[in-house]
Amino acid sequence: MTLSDTRSPLLRISSLTKRFGGFTALHDVSVDIRPGERFGLIGPNGSGKTTLINCISGAFRTEPGTVLFRDEDIALLQPHVRTRRGIARSFQIPRPFRSMTVAENLMVALDFAAHEHVSAAQRRDSMMSILDQMGLGPKANVSATQLSQVELRKMELARAMATHPKLLISDEAMAGLSSSEVDEVLDLLLSLASRDITIIMIEHIMQAVMRFSERVMCLDAGRIIAIGSPSEVMADQRVQEAYLGT
Amino acid sequence: MTRNSIAFWTGSTVFLVAVFVMTQVVGNQYPFFAGYVILQFIALAVAWSILGGYAGYVNFGTSAFFGVGVYAAVFLVKAFGAPLPLQILAGAAIGALMGFALGLLTLRMQGIFFSIATIALTIIIETTITNWRYVGGAAGIQIQRPAVTAPFDNYVQMLFFVQALLVVLAVAISRYIQNSWIGRGLQALRDDELAAECTGVPTLRLKLLACVISGALMCAVGAPAAMYLQYADPASAFNLNYSVTTLAMSLIGGTAHWSGPIIGAILLGTTQQLLTVTISSEVNVLVLGLMLVLFVVGAPEGIIGLIRKLRGDRKEGEV
Repeated sequence: MTLSDTRSPLLRISSLTKRFGGFTALHDVSVDIRPGERFGLIGPNGSGKTTLINCISGAFRTEPGTVLFRDEDIALLQPHVRTRRGIARSFQIPRPFRSMTVAENLMVALDFAAHEHVSAAQRRDSMMSILDQMGLGPKANVSATQLSQVELRKMELARAMATHPKLLISDEAMAGLSSSEVDEVLDLLLSLASRDITIIMIEHIMQAVMRFSERVMCLDAGRIIAIGSPSEVMADQRVQEAYLGT
Repeated sequence: MTRNSIAFWTGSTVFLVAVFVMTQVVGNQYPFFAGYVILQFIALAVAWSILGGYAGYVNFGTSAFFGVGVYAAVFLVKAFGAPLPLQILAGAAIGALMGFALGLLTLRMQGIFFSIATIALTIIIETTITNWRYVGGAAGIQIQRPAVTAPFDNYVQMLFFVQALLVVLAVAISRYIQNSWIGRGLQALRDDELAAECTGVPTLRLKLLACVISGALMCAVGAPAAMYLQYADPASAFNLNYSVTTLAMSLIGGTAHWSGPIIGAILLGTTQQLLTVTISSEVNVLVLGLMLVLFVVGAPEGIIGLIRKLRGDRKEGEV
């Protein structure tokens, strides 16, 4: 057993169920995410991955089930409060603030979610250093509408980082990117993880999932069908069936 | 204080001094009658754009807030003979409460549903006032102006100056909001409400704040109108024209900057006054509609957007 196993989990989801009318999108999902873990979340389309993320980040209210973040029940907290507690996310389809520049997009996060009371100059420095890490430094004063697809993905991650998260959820940040761009975003996520940020990564690109994740969970039709090391999960009969539809 | 703030406050002081000097020098009463209406619409448009422009929540309830301001003044005058400053303050307080209640009830609805709810609000309040005998009911009520105090020698001149003060107040608040974290949060939630929430913006609280401030200002602007007309009736006080005109002024001026509604209100307000005098008061409604259509098609970002675009083009040309 490694040291991280003995610490209490960063995020503990227990018996989480989410229904939309008669349709059960998530059925009795329980999982612990350890501090500093790189966690991959996979599953076919419609299996409930984004629904689970929406329940964690607060876009959806959950009915039965609890979500504990750093030992605090966050199930009834509004999304912006969860963000301030340290849960940040990117969106499957990027949702930039279109009337703003890249820098202003990040300033929203720094104005509203940053914990410390810092001066405007410090915030500006912090914003520029995040943009530089993400390779967006030269684009700081460009309108968000003028970014390319990969730049938009990076800006979403940068904006999430500007909230100083403890848990970062990346929802298909690599979808629709070329293979070199996938590597670029993956390297970014790995460098964030090395700075003690716990990351949940939803992804369809298996190479990326295998390279990134310490642990992988596969959802199918709202249920967990496999959880474990990437190689174990890939070898699982049910995972292969879910993906290949046999 | 930044250089911009110094310029703004200098400009405001010069404006107020000019208005005051005008009340002392100009003998003809007409400029004050017409000017009062233009100032009233500048203040309304600026107040409207705090919620309608910055937050993007299109409020058709301007006439509800304006009318409540009028009737708050009517009630206070009839019941207690309250002086004008008290009428305005009470109007602001009631407007703030009304904004809070409207916000709580409707701001969870997004986009068009919010707008529909604000129209409903206007109708509900107008119906209530129409059936309230004490303030005149459907027939309306005459109001006696008190004697005017020095240094003014005419009540309308004083109202003109008071309305100018309200304009400066409204613009100062709107400008402060735009330049502060509140403005940034409102802009974020206008662009994308879910993304704003997930970036830490307390969207509901900010929308409520905008609704309260906007409502308080609109009611305060309505309060002196009772004394201006010396008469109030529900059909005029809650006339939907206030909502439409205010909205058109803000959109034509542009809502991306605090100065947009001022430009729109001056342009439209002056045109309307000219048309009312030269042709008829009905034509100005037609012109309002035409201008709105022209701007929606030709310059959806309003005059401010047009200016920014021209500037941007020039910059690109230089590169």
